[in-house]
Amino acid sequence: MTTATTERSTSRWLTLARVRFSMELRQLFRDRQQVTFTFAFPMMLMVIFGSVFTGDIVPGVSFRLYFMAGMIASGIVYAAFQNLAIVIPLEREDGTLKRLRGTPMPKSAYFAGKLGTVVVIYVAQVALLLLLSSLLFHVKIPTALSAWVTFAWVSALGLSACTLLGLAFSSIPRTAKGAPAVVTPLVLILQFTSGVYFNFSGLPSWMQHFAAIFPLKWLTQGMRSVFLPASLAAHEPSGSWQHPLTAVILAVWIVIGAVWAVRSFRWQRRGED
Amino acid sequence: MSTSSPAIVVDNLMRSYGSSRAVDGVSFSVETGECFAILGPNGAGKTTTVEILEGFRHRDGGRVSVLGVDPADHSPAWLSRIGIVLQQATDAAELTVRETLGYFSHSYPRPWDVDELIAAVGLEEKATTRTRHLSGGQRRRLDVALGILGHPEILFLDEPTTGFDPEARRQFWTLIDSLKASGTTIVLTTHYLDEAEHLADRVAVIQRGRVSALGPIATLGGRDHAATIVQWRDAEGTDHSVSTATPTSFVRDLLAQFPDGEIPGLRIQPPSLEDTYMSLIDEDVTP
Repeated sequence: MTTATTERSTSRWLTLARVRFSMELRQLFRDRQQVTFTFAFPMMLMVIFGSVFTGDIVPGVSFRLYFMAGMIASGIVYAAFQNLAIVIPLEREDGTLKRLRGTPMPKSAYFAGKLGTVVVIYVAQVALLLLLSSLLFHVKIPTALSAWVTFAWVSALGLSACTLLGLAFSSIPRTAKGAPAVVTPLVLILQFTSGVYFNFSGLPSWMQHFAAIFPLKWLTQGMRSVFLPASLAAHEPSGSWQHPLTAVILAVWIVIGAVWAVRSFRWQRRGED
Repeated sequence: MSTSSPAIVVDNLMRSYGSSRAVDGVSFSVETGECFAILGPNGAGKTTTVEILEGFRHRDGGRVSVLGVDPADHSPAWLSRIGIVLQQATDAAELTVRETLGYFSHSYPRPWDVDELIAAVGLEEKATTRTRHLSGGQRRRLDVALGILGHPEILFLDEPTTGFDPEARRQFWTLIDSLKASGTTIVLTTHYLDEAEHLADRVAVIQRGRVSALGPIATLGGRDHAATIVQWRDAEGTDHSVSTATPTSFVRDLLAQFPDGEIPGLRIQPPSLEDTYMSLIDEDVTP
């Protein structure tokens, strides 16, 4: 292939990925139910938990701040894993995926559009959570560059892993109707055991070990390292933020998600291929 | 590309689901520019056959060529030459008709002008309506528009008018007629015999995964040699119906019984496609 045709096909791919991205976003923001579920739900949880649990996790550091870090980590799971694992079965049933498979659009453009949407949803959720928490609960937002560098890499690794796992998991529910019933309890259990709703250090150790297998525990810990004072590292079970181990665990989940997604992703319903 | 080579060749196609043979040795070919209908009862293997041609389903055996390409290869270049109208779709619910067509037009090397296409399928008044608010017939028109958006050489229509009212079906046929006139090869599956009769040049009847009859509509199942039905009413007002291979001489003899030269309620009918179809299906059901 000559350089010119490579350039042309690259720019064509970019156009198609942008088209898919814009199509996805437009549909998302026009669907009132989905907007409510995606954005209002985490905000409501923040308001409720922030209003009920007014105590401190250690003197001078409120549970609200701890919970906010946990909700931002949950945002990665909501935007990537839960969103894709629920929406893709719907797209498999309403003909979206079948239509795409019957058009000459490269299939990678579909995945690029999905990833773009996941990032937009996550960034919007984080912005809303930070805004809400600082207005309502006077939570202080970190300004140090190092905190935001940590935020960026934890988010990037977490979004990559959860997007791939969401793509893979989208083939598990037998029907679109059944998808939330499979996906939502799974997310809730991980949130309860990974330090979102409860102080992780206060959980029984078997529960801590269980949660440490999955990405969310590492995401909440990573987000606590961004939003909580550095002194709180001593409060973690391991006594530190465990950044290197977090990166390794998330990378392993990226590999697992990629292999699983490639092997299991279906464009059509079971028995229709 | 030679225009004389068939657009589609299917040779001894096989596909099983578990232990049941959905498609069991189907063979036919579709000429370029032809409208080819696949008829058959539910579960006969129509959709499986068509979806193998569209590249959606895999096959267990046999040879398939669509525009000279094996659909299993499923390349973007090939997909840009075919158009698929899905059996039922409710995707792009929150987008308007114009947005949906506009977005999908980017996928094709030489797409229709979106507004011209909207006019061609008669959706001008719905161009800015979100697709979730379209009626069943309007939604099918959008599906056809999406199917022909890339100027396909072959258009696949899988039960396109199921659930239509008679007027919507007529309008739909006019649309397909205009595509035929422009030289598009069309493969149609349908439950409706009048639809096949109106649109198709040739028909294949598929039953239990096999082709049980294949040919031009006019001669399907020996229809052209089948007996004609003559119906009339006698002087007492009783209706009669006679099946005859020589309708002309029968009517001439009949006329002799009516001195005023008019036979009340006279109807002379060739066997309808439906009669032929039902007799084909019956033969199969009771071997």
